[in-house]
Amino acid sequence: MNTAERLKIPPTSMPEQDPKERINNVKEVPLGYTPEMAMVEAQRCLQCKTPFCIEGCPVGIDIPGFIRAIEQGDFSQGVHVLKQRNLLPAVCGRVCPQEEQCQAVCVIGKAKKDPCKAVMIGKLEMFLADWERKQGVYATPPEVTKTHKKVAVIGGGPAGLTVAGDLIKYGHDVTVYEAFHKAGGVLVYGIPEFRLPKAIVQAEVDYLEKLGVKFRYNFIVGKTAPVAKIVEENDTVFIGTGAGLPRFMRVEGENFLGVLSANEYLTRANLMKAYTFPQSDTPIVKGRTVITVGGGNVAMDCARTALRMGAERSLIVYRRAEEQMPARLEEIHHAREEGVEFHLLNNPVRLLGNEAGWITGAELIRMELGKPDASGRRRPIAVEGSEYVMDTDILIVAIGNSPNPLVPSSYPELDVTNWGGVIVNEVTGQTSVPGVFAGGDIVLGAATVILAMGHGRRAARAMNLYLSTGRWADLEESLDLCRAEVH
Amino acid sequence: MHRILYKETLGPDITLYRLHAPDVAAYRKPGQFVLMRICDEGERIPITLADVNRDEGSITLIIQSVGKTTLKLAQMEVGDSIPDIAGPLGVPTHIENVGHVVCVGGGIGTAPLYPVAKAMKEAGNRITSVLGARSENLLILEDRMRAVSDKIVITTDDGSKGKKGLVTDAISELVEQGEKFDQCICMGPPVMMKFVCLLTKKLDIPTMVSLNPIMVDGTGMCGGCRVTVGGKTKFACVDGPEFDGHKVDFDEMMARLNTYKSYEKVALEHYSEETGCRLEASLKGGAE
Repeated sequence: MNTAERLKIPPTSMPEQDPKERINNVKEVPLGYTPEMAMVEAQRCLQCKTPFCIEGCPVGIDIPGFIRAIEQGDFSQGVHVLKQRNLLPAVCGRVCPQEEQCQAVCVIGKAKKDPCKAVMIGKLEMFLADWERKQGVYATPPEVTKTHKKVAVIGGGPAGLTVAGDLIKYGHDVTVYEAFHKAGGVLVYGIPEFRLPKAIVQAEVDYLEKLGVKFRYNFIVGKTAPVAKIVEENDTVFIGTGAGLPRFMRVEGENFLGVLSANEYLTRANLMKAYTFPQSDTPIVKGRTVITVGGGNVAMDCARTALRMGAERSLIVYRRAEEQMPARLEEIHHAREEGVEFHLLNNPVRLLGNEAGWITGAELIRMELGKPDASGRRRPIAVEGSEYVMDTDILIVAIGNSPNPLVPSSYPELDVTNWGGVIVNEVTGQTSVPGVFAGGDIVLGAATVILAMGHGRRAARAMNLYLSTGRWADLEESLDLCRAEVH
Repeated sequence: MHRILYKETLGPDITLYRLHAPDVAAYRKPGQFVLMRICDEGERIPITLADVNRDEGSITLIIQSVGKTTLKLAQMEVGDSIPDIAGPLGVPTHIENVGHVVCVGGGIGTAPLYPVAKAMKEAGNRITSVLGARSENLLILEDRMRAVSDKIVITTDDGSKGKKGLVTDAISELVEQGEKFDQCICMGPPVMMKFVCLLTKKLDIPTMVSLNPIMVDGTGMCGGCRVTVGGKTKFACVDGPEFDGHKVDFDEMMARLNTYKSYEKVALEHYSEETGCRLEASLKGGAE
């Protein structure tokens, strides 16, 4: 097939559950490609000599490599290529912002002037990962010689799981310390079932366990044991405790009943399975009208969860315009399809409640866009005198998270920024404490799963070198030398 | 898994459990709590620690059966295991020799009060304890509290033991008798803590209370446990659970405790139906 023919193939859309139906269940929205669909979509890839997509991927997956395997119908080879760089393809295929990464630089997408019309890299990744899971046999990695070096990974989220997976393959003795009763971090407490089925995350965790990674659940490092003790007892430590500190709006009435953080709402729904209450024991507040404040993916997750919890009206209130919303286009599209109402350029100034302390409404003020601010987005400015009240039963605050202070605050040796992020060498993930590395949202603040995994990948490589050489001060330079030797 | 090593009924619906939890026991300090989940579909509930035994690797919890989870727990026996206990959580009590401390415990609140009173005693304080309960059979840990107190006063609402009346009456009386308190530590039902704080504020006795709001994770992640202290929002799980009682907005805290009240009723009904069914099934099985 020549380039012109490949260019003519339209993007293969993935079948999805009907919006009217899916708001009554928590099952996954996209239904996945059939092998035939995947093979057609794979034909759209031009197999570029200089594949920009690989550079666009934070973990550097050989994207043309796995797509070629799909085109040839050799799915197990595709899985093999994929898993060389990405341990959690079923997760990334679903939650990565491909349109800002690999698909943003895809030549096809550029030709069509729309990254959403690029080769559907994410959907193909999801296809392969699901194909492997459905086969029920996971490729077993080759036996490695045990090094007996002890590695502690604090936090079992995307960054920590990546570090654990990489270091166990080098033969190290890896233990993950997880505060919750389940591993996965934001993948299990935050991202909803209808976007990322929890069985998929569990399968990935089970796989790591099979490789020999040990998991200590309900273990809150800094509380269950001092951070210093974990550092002392291990040859190296990775801190990946995430951005688990919800920001609130600091407006009057924010402690009314029925006002909750996105973290609480989503944790109840996902990790604690409140959508099956009273079969499960954890309740979640329900209401006819639910307002979610915020414009990111988490806000979309809350608004869509609210519909599945029986809300008649689910509204997004966001202080900027749609173009400035940080949420992925796909999430906004799915939310709109399901009937979520968008009240953009609006901001709550205070919340109203009744005598029993329950929220009854939000006083909103209209906003307009001024000049760009530090984030490069046009700054929202309140329109004086435009306040009005919107009635609501529930209000979810989804305006972001800060790094969880639990580990840094109980370990003063660790240098942090003024906003609480752990300071690291960007190449190696080294912190101010020798032997201790960090990555993911504890460094970045609330970012994405794939960026956290990218951090994990880079830190793991540096940790492995540190374990074998003991070098610390010049670890970055040594890493460069290693890389030079490989090439 | 955390095996139940010992179980004792202390009063109507009040049970003491000693559980195998060496990780929690190892670094726990007075004033801290755990989050527990007793089965796979279970909720996470915060429970204050009444005691630990490091040699045995055990923790002691005293729990009143009020909802589905605590009722279900009461059905479990020695040898059974609880899947998840996370902790110790929260900031430990600041223990120091301040002079004369009045330790006020109401009902089940005496359970978390005991380790704090004991540590304050060991730090060299003179301890006067005031324990209140609705009735004699709801009074717990009297002997243990007596052992760490220089003086103890018991009050019951119905007069079945000690003085008839409220703990606030007893505190006022002690002060009238000339007792000078340098600090008050108060743990019990929110409404009791509220009125103790109103009184001690008038009497100018610094007062520390331990709050037990609704929590999910216990690590500062969900913010469900937020309380207003001195006009600022605090997370009880990581900033507390102990706060300056004179600064706590008790009315807001008590309202917030009601958030899931109607849901708790549903859970309880569902549980009794479920267990009813199970009972029927086992009867049927026996007949065949």
